[in-house]
Amino acid sequence: MSKYYVNKFLYTVDRDPELLQRYIDEPRTFVATWEQSIGPKLLGNDVEASTVHSLTHEEREALVNHDYQALFEMGAHFFLNLTLFIGIYDEPYMNRSGPLSFQREMAAKLQHWRGKDYPSVET
Amino acid sequence: MAKLVATLASTHHPFYLKATTAPPEQQMPEAPTWKRKIEAYRETLAKAEPDVLVMIGSDHFHQIFLDNCPQFLIGKAERYDATFYNEEREFGIPKYVLEGDEPMSRFMHQHLMNQNFDFAFSNELKIDHSIICPIITVRPQNDLPVVPIYTNIFAPPLHTPKRFYEVGRAIRKAIDDYPSDKRVAAIGTGHLSLELGGPRQFMETGPDPEFDRQAIEWLKSGDIDAILENVTHESMAQSGNATHGFLNFILMLGVAGPEGADYVDNLDLFHTMEAYFTWYPKEAAA
Repeated sequence: MSKYYVNKFLYTVDRDPELLQRYIDEPRTFVATWEQSIGPKLLGNDVEASTVHSLTHEEREALVNHDYQALFEMGAHFFLNLTLFIGIYDEPYMNRSGPLSFQREMAAKLQHWRGKDYPSVET
Repeated sequence: MAKLVATLASTHHPFYLKATTAPPEQQMPEAPTWKRKIEAYRETLAKAEPDVLVMIGSDHFHQIFLDNCPQFLIGKAERYDATFYNEEREFGIPKYVLEGDEPMSRFMHQHLMNQNFDFAFSNELKIDHSIICPIITVRPQNDLPVVPIYTNIFAPPLHTPKRFYEVGRAIRKAIDDYPSDKRVAAIGTGHLSLELGGPRQFMETGPDPEFDRQAIEWLKSGDIDAILENVTHESMAQSGNATHGFLNFILMLGVAGPEGADYVDNLDLFHTMEAYFTWYPKEAAA
């Protein structure tokens, strides 16, 4: 189970403008780089690294494809999944379709979950 | 002993500053009403004339992450930076520096431990919008020292509603027992029904207006028994995936005591119900 590692990707990228831009510009290359050299670092510590986490193929592809619907369904944390993709899509959607248009499109893509128990975000 | 002079519990809305400072032609229709309500709420704190603010909020995965996630944490620092890059990006909230009250943090930490509440602590806590939003709304001059307390409302497993109420009671006792002549206000923020990153997000109302109306009534009357009978993790999830922020309202009712609120107001916004409560203490915690 690597839900933690997916969340760690979302967390580290959302809080760093340089990483976010790299994820926007070249998602496949960036996800590979993150997995090899950013993800293993312990948070707040550039020296020590962890060897115990990795992404599954499905998780990796969802991140590469900015597939927030798949990430929601895998149990990525709803707040991290929202804020990272707001960071990428809010401004272009707003310029094209007005305020909150990205957020409402995200909700529309998840409508089939209404009335059901959402995937657990527990890690 | 210190004197608790007011307890404030409210929702925190990171769009408030941007919504009310944008050029008038760009403001949302609700902005003038929202501003009036916030200014009236601000007065409920000003009239209590506090010297220090005990502030309860919840980090939204800005500083605290799943590698080391406390259930309850107290800041013990001389000052606190506020606002993370992604909050500036998304909400337009500027940077702040808040003065701390380290001696009071130190006392409260020990007191809470003595009451068997195992608080984590931080000597370098950066504050996020859960605490800077109420500074913006009820103390924009940012002229008072703060004791920040964070709760986990985001990363399951979460503590029970009952435990949140008990933590509130313990915080109240720690304030009452603080050997000082300071006037203390406790300010906490959370959510009513709220959905983030799910199918019910950013609708025309909050995801569960019926829960919102009921929650306001419970808090207005200080009915902790009804809250504990009716509010569970499962029921909050049914009302919206981020409704667990209501746990902070329960905690604040613990600080105030199970009494009717002296000030109640609310505003139905485009995707959530805003709510504002103030209690003035009638007597010290038992």
